[in-house]
Amino acid sequence: MIQPTILSYPKQYMKGNPYVPQPARIVRIIPMVKNNWLFQFRFEDPELARNFIYRPGQFMMLSIIGTGEAPISISSTPTRPGVLEMCVRKTGRVTNHLYTMKENDLVGLRGSYGNGFPVEEMKGHDLLVIAGGLGMAPLRSFLNYALDNRNDYKRIILMYGARSPQDILFREELEALQKRQDIECLLTVDYAYDLPDVPKWRGNVGLLPELFSKVKLDPSTTYAAVCGPPVVYKFVLAKLLERDFSKDRILMSLERKMKCGIGKCGHCSVGYKYTCIDGPIFTYWDAINLPEII
Amino acid sequence: MESVRKFGELHVPLRKDEDIFYYGKCENVRDIALDYRRTILPAKKYFFRPVEPLMTFDATKGYQPVEEDMDRKIVLFGIHPCEINSVRILDLVFGTDYIDNYYFNRRKNTVIVGLSCVPDDLCFCRSMGTDFAEDGFDLFLAELREGYLVRVGTSRGDDMVNGAKNLFRKPTDAELDEYKQRSNEVIKKFTRSISTTDLPEILEIEYDSPQWKDLGERCLGCGACSMICPTCYCFNVADEIALGTSGGVRKRTWDSCLFEDYALVAGGHNFRVNRAMRVKLRYLHKQKGFVDKYGRPSCVGCGRCINMCPAKIDVTEVINTIRGAVK
Repeated sequence: MIQPTILSYPKQYMKGNPYVPQPARIVRIIPMVKNNWLFQFRFEDPELARNFIYRPGQFMMLSIIGTGEAPISISSTPTRPGVLEMCVRKTGRVTNHLYTMKENDLVGLRGSYGNGFPVEEMKGHDLLVIAGGLGMAPLRSFLNYALDNRNDYKRIILMYGARSPQDILFREELEALQKRQDIECLLTVDYAYDLPDVPKWRGNVGLLPELFSKVKLDPSTTYAAVCGPPVVYKFVLAKLLERDFSKDRILMSLERKMKCGIGKCGHCSVGYKYTCIDGPIFTYWDAINLPEII
Repeated sequence: MESVRKFGELHVPLRKDEDIFYYGKCENVRDIALDYRRTILPAKKYFFRPVEPLMTFDATKGYQPVEEDMDRKIVLFGIHPCEINSVRILDLVFGTDYIDNYYFNRRKNTVIVGLSCVPDDLCFCRSMGTDFAEDGFDLFLAELREGYLVRVGTSRGDDMVNGAKNLFRKPTDAELDEYKQRSNEVIKKFTRSISTTDLPEILEIEYDSPQWKDLGERCLGCGACSMICPTCYCFNVADEIALGTSGGVRKRTWDSCLFEDYALVAGGHNFRVNRAMRVKLRYLHKQKGFVDKYGRPSCVGCGRCINMCPAKIDVTEVINTIRGAVK
């Protein structure tokens, strides 16, 4: 039985020097999609591992000893404590090194950072989760949090588009959600062809924004959470604005270069704000006022 | 001067060349350059080091914070009001949301003795409201014909006065009068100014101004303005591995938003791909973003960047042009 968690706002959960990572171990490595694996971590300190709280949509600073540090969004939900899950794309120095590591290897983690999704404010509303490609990684935290606190929210709708069936993150998990009655789970791929080692795709083929024609939305009571590559923002935001979604109920998760994660080093600035403190979740209203955001 | 040494190692403005000054350790009180205008590097180097080890790491022990060199006591003597204000600005940055222990340990262990000054043709601190230090010092010395009018800013400053009682006395009415007269004279000496009225809004209106592109073409991207800026605080973090071991040091170094890789992320996407975007960030952050977050601009009008820029970019000229005050 999963206990719903009441979240406080952990601004500085780890006491002391905010730059020093806490030792953590890789518990499991789950290859999902080529160059996008799910890593499970657990803090060495058992008390920290047990009591570590965070908000869906927040991120961690992940240190690999001798290589460096990088910001990674959290894919697990605080309603399932014990391990932290992060879906990591193999793309830079730190992540390349991570892909050479094994289970039980030591890493450093500090966080959780950023504002996260306003899950309390969203209570009593419909939730529309829209992910494109790797955008599912941070949104999975939010989606599972909402499902674990199912009574707090009305409708939950997921729209997820990947390039092809073999590019779908959390495919088994999401296909299982399609069988649930309390979530409308719409998956699509840009194109599909059969590969010997990938389960046959029987779902929708078409671009992500086309999923809007398959559901009836009530913009007066819906929060939309969007994450994906720039092209997703371009077309999905247009669809939401066409339907007169309030601009502060369209939430987007952004990524930038980060060196500190705590509002000091300056690298993650978007327009006049810092992604690490004022984000990474920004509303569309913020975006209008921050010219460089998307 | 000798009596302040028990409060810490004495650091003062020193002359490097005819018109070039720096803050450094005082070996002989006669070396103190009381007539200096501005140093090359600002006082921030005492609190936020150009290169600073943050922690050591080791494959088995993980990360351990660096604590050595943290309780070094320093008396920083002779810093001008603009710089005292710049330290207050850095206090905001390093003390908001998360406390930066490295900065505040050094801050706490540094006594600041301010010194009044007379502006030259590069100073525009008056425009930035930083020609007077309200707080942020332990003692502040305002020059008079005979001696100094001393303001005591902290209890620690009071201890310093008590440690050398024979040097201090109550000011006479004539001396207070002289202080006021000097203040009135100093106001007249400013030749350079900008107006910050509505500036954040004006910068937003001028977001797409072609001036940014012109500036981007002039700017060499050397980052000198950031390094010598008393309020620039961006830093980079990198791990250095000791040869032949799995351990090493994680260090932070001063960084500049003008460097090409400032917003370059893994995978090769650069969020600020051209120099014009980076130059614009520098101005918008200092005069708008910082105002939004902390209620004041992060510029103290010290004139260092005007002096240092190899492309002769002048911040007051840029802002006055953006305002439409200069065509």
